[in-house]
Amino acid sequence: MAVNNNPTEWNPQPIGKEFVRPKGSFGGILGKEWVLFLLLVLPNFIFLATFTYWPLIRNFVLSTQKVNPYTKAQSYAGLDNFRWLFNDRVFKQVVSNTAIFIVCCVFFTLGLGLLVALLLNEKLKGRTAVRAMVFAPYLIAGSAVALVWSYIFNPRFGLFAMILGWFDISSPRWLEDPNWALAAVIITYVWKNMGFAAVVFLAGLQGIPKDLYEAAKLDGASAWWRFRSVTLPMLSPISFFLVVTSVLSTFQAFDLIDVMTSGGPVNSTTTLVYYVYEQGWMAQRWERAAAAAVVLFILMLTVTGMQMLWERRQVHYDGN
Amino acid sequence: METSKLTPAKFGGYAAMVFVGLVIGIPIFWMLSGSLMSNRDILNPNQWLPSTPVWDNYPDAWNSLPFARFFLNSLIITFFGAGAKVVLGVLCAYAFAFLKFPGKNILFLVVLASLMVPSQVVIIPNYQFMATTIRNILGTEDNWVDTYQGIILPSAATAFGTFLMRQGFMGLPKDVLDAAKVDGAGHFRTMWQIILPMAKPIVVTFALIAVVGEWNEYLWPLIITNTDNMRPVTVGLRLLNDTEGNNNWGIIMAGTAFVVVPMLVVYTFLQRFIIDGLTAGATKG
Repeated sequence: MAVNNNPTEWNPQPIGKEFVRPKGSFGGILGKEWVLFLLLVLPNFIFLATFTYWPLIRNFVLSTQKVNPYTKAQSYAGLDNFRWLFNDRVFKQVVSNTAIFIVCCVFFTLGLGLLVALLLNEKLKGRTAVRAMVFAPYLIAGSAVALVWSYIFNPRFGLFAMILGWFDISSPRWLEDPNWALAAVIITYVWKNMGFAAVVFLAGLQGIPKDLYEAAKLDGASAWWRFRSVTLPMLSPISFFLVVTSVLSTFQAFDLIDVMTSGGPVNSTTTLVYYVYEQGWMAQRWERAAAAAVVLFILMLTVTGMQMLWERRQVHYDGN
Repeated sequence: METSKLTPAKFGGYAAMVFVGLVIGIPIFWMLSGSLMSNRDILNPNQWLPSTPVWDNYPDAWNSLPFARFFLNSLIITFFGAGAKVVLGVLCAYAFAFLKFPGKNILFLVVLASLMVPSQVVIIPNYQFMATTIRNILGTEDNWVDTYQGIILPSAATAFGTFLMRQGFMGLPKDVLDAAKVDGAGHFRTMWQIILPMAKPIVVTFALIAVVGEWNEYLWPLIITNTDNMRPVTVGLRLLNDTEGNNNWGIIMAGTAFVVVPMLVVYTFLQRFIIDGLTAGATKG
């Protein structure tokens, strides 16, 4: 152990100086700030390295391997797995499912969330209770929400079948019909997550200075024009934040799909994350699953990158 | 106090609020009502309420799978998983906020960059780690598949928590910290007796986010467990769907209800705290 030569740190009570050796702290090596720093950050770093950074590299490596399904022998195969993916008909459908799922979920979650926020921004009695209600599904475990909605979507005796029955419309077979299953999962997703967007939008609305509206009113702006020229621009930072975080979390959606449809029927609800799971844990083609995970990673990284670029531009504009 | 008149606009507003309430409330009602229905009631498409409540659905659901064990597992996973996140996050945040270290900013970026790696991207290597690598590291026959440490450890670290709490710590008034230093308080005492009490709101907020996240986690526990003994509630519910077949909805809804209802009860008492906490990352960012 290195000998500490710093007299101020060794001297227990330099009376009359403002520097006092901290009581209860360790002397010697532990008293050094950099050692303490390392000790405090180390646990977090060890776990991040072991379960985030290292597996990220291992996943890249695995995606370039050819694995013999019987002997499990591995050899380098370059981009073969990616070529296989992009030639696979199912994978093409998976990419398009993922795109549709993300666009629809984000559009309806944020659109309806904004409408609810505008409603709750009015001074109406009982709006706190409605706010609490709308937010509740966001807290409920995804598998529970999925079971409730599987029952609701039952084509013979579910809630939707009943409502459609009032108008003499026969219910689609929702979760069993490749044309409807994805829509059913999207509806469920929007129901579960709309409240989060509503609460965040509402906080944004309440942060808009009232005098902006007064000024617009004095200028004779109509309600619609006030919405367009004051509300929307003032909400744009928070909307952008919500779009990015919602896109990233819909990319990761898994529990609703697994419980409601298990990716089916005929792959109609298989998204990228679900495909990774299927190729790995069902088909045992780990190298293909790893390649699909790389595609997922790159797509999500692109979204984050776009967010960073956009935010830098924002800061620049604010600076002017 | 002025008595506000019910203008048409206000009436429209209330009507819209009722509609929103119904959209959120009816599926919950449908679950509760279904949980008390006999199979005959379920199959009748126009039935809103059970003709006679079948309370047996609840014990039947509870006994069809080891739900007590599922809840115990969820509690253990949530307690230790969220606990690890809070402890590691507080320690790391304190170091980044108050201690000097060469290259500290670069190290902080290394922590933050991990936010760009979603857990779904690394599930395959992490599964392999738990299934085989850990055997070589420990030199044992047993691996960590289907164990609590296997479920908890991959998400024990926290970049978000480090970021959030470092921000909170750095926003504390500086003179109090200086006073502590002059008082001769060591770092651990400063952390425990000054920083944590003062930064309690942000630490509690992060703890809430961590608890909700761990409790609702689905994909990783599904992959890493393979016996009923180790499943948390979220994964156990899915098994209920499998064991009860597709049409025994009374029992499936009863099982779903005893997962959902306790949570909603907690939520009614803590709703303001929970809403503010879970949206803190978005509204105060």
